[in-house]
Amino acid sequence: MDAIGDFLAAYSTTIAVIGVNALLALSVWVTLYAGQLTLGNAAFMAIGAYTSALLGRHLGTPFPLALAIGAVAAAVLAAPLGITVFRLRGVYLAIATLAFGEVVRVVLLATPITGRGQGLNGIPPKTELWHIYASLALVAYVLWRVQGSTVGRSWAAIREDELAAQSQGIAVRRYKLTAFVMGALVAGWAGGLSAHVTFSIDPNDFAFTKAVQILVFAVVGGVPSVLGPIFGAALLTSLPELLRPLKDARDIFQGLLLLGVILYLPRGLVTLAQLRRTRELHEIGATDVA
Amino acid sequence: MSLELAALTKRFGGVTAVNAVDLVVAPDQVFGLIGPNGAGKTTLINVIAGQLRPDGGTVRFDGRDITGVEAHERVRRGIARTFQGGRLFKGLSAFENVLVGRHTRMRSDVLASLVPFRTRTEDQERERADALLERVGLRQRAGMLAGELAYGDQRRLEIARALASEPRLLILDEPAAGLNPTESARLRELMRALVADGITIILIEHDVRLVMGTCERVAVLNFGRKIAEGSPAEIQADPAVREAYLGAEDAA
Repeated sequence: MDAIGDFLAAYSTTIAVIGVNALLALSVWVTLYAGQLTLGNAAFMAIGAYTSALLGRHLGTPFPLALAIGAVAAAVLAAPLGITVFRLRGVYLAIATLAFGEVVRVVLLATPITGRGQGLNGIPPKTELWHIYASLALVAYVLWRVQGSTVGRSWAAIREDELAAQSQGIAVRRYKLTAFVMGALVAGWAGGLSAHVTFSIDPNDFAFTKAVQILVFAVVGGVPSVLGPIFGAALLTSLPELLRPLKDARDIFQGLLLLGVILYLPRGLVTLAQLRRTRELHEIGATDVA
Repeated sequence: MSLELAALTKRFGGVTAVNAVDLVVAPDQVFGLIGPNGAGKTTLINVIAGQLRPDGGTVRFDGRDITGVEAHERVRRGIARTFQGGRLFKGLSAFENVLVGRHTRMRSDVLASLVPFRTRTEDQERERADALLERVGLRQRAGMLAGELAYGDQRRLEIARALASEPRLLILDEPAAGLNPTESARLRELMRALVADGITIILIEHDVRLVMGTCERVAVLNFGRKIAEGSPAEIQADPAVREAYLGAEDAA
């Protein structure tokens, strides 16, 4: 037990960041599963982070309530945004959501109450590790179950062929919007948790790089299963720690790893398990029945 | 089921793909829609099923004007379709394709799904999907990805998926394209069985023999206009049709 205690003490920040990143990766997973490439989740994270931190500071709002309000604020903003941007598809959708992220960042930079460029400092460290991991377990469970429901099947259908999905009676725009708002809710919650881990936040924590990083967690881990984003976030967040012995070659190795995954496992690391199953079936000549 | 098109017009830029078409499809029959390539057949059914908005005219289904109704809502009202060349969800299993087809007839089970057991409705839906696959002869392949099925199987799966929405009007866009004679004969049997079950079918087809052997009534389109309508025998005897379509084919 002592060993575990020591380990947690030494790496508690990394472990917390892994959990938060896994939540963020799941937040973008929802839209990716519906086949929509959106890059607004860093901004939703920012809204959750600032809202909860400001509520706690100025109104003394209890921590769980502040987190919830932050998450709902992100979701409420996502609804009208989604109605507008889902007229677009593919790379245009990605650019539009990215532009939204920039707008949020610039607004945070210009507003006195958010501390402008200096951001907010001295946020009380109210987030415990178990808060993060309980949230992660809950979100992963809910999304896993939703994946197997009528809603999850509709998302998959939209991803496979939007026109055919509409012809099965699926209200395509509404389902896309649902995915987007759910993603924003999760990202907002994760943002609130993360603000109360890191002591200080500033607008550049939630910039373009963050949006792309979140996307990379989910894509490298793999979109077919909810375990993918969690796995991707865990691996890519801990990799800098694990690769420390490589010193200067660390970033190069990380880049090569990403490239390898994208080239050889385009559906993500979780498909490794599937590949093995397919190979076993090949060996017994049973691919036809699978 | 009743379908009435009145003065239906659809333009793409300077081209009038469908030009003031009037059409009444009576229930419980296979209604054939034929015409040379580019005659406007697919555009017409895209307007009927709601994928395209017409520039003029009305579509009435069961006596109600559905011209402005969205495509997904038309499925709920009983119009299902397949696509020329097929549009399956290739990354989903055959079974899942049919389940997606059940979408409008299933209650949303998001909340129920949070509880980790299977509900009775879910079991019923699964049985229904299995029965549909059985009907088109794909029960054994239920777990295969749709994209990995043989071509003929894919065509039949698309029909099963369309049937899953319990349509009263089923629109089939060239369902026999690429099928061998045996498969084509099975398709004809399936269509007759569906009509016997009270489903009306609009069949777009290039295989003239299939159309003539299956349809009670046939309409002919050419350059977006309806140039003839009648029984298969009448259509075959119609000089305008011979010139526009059958004649051109004879010459080739």
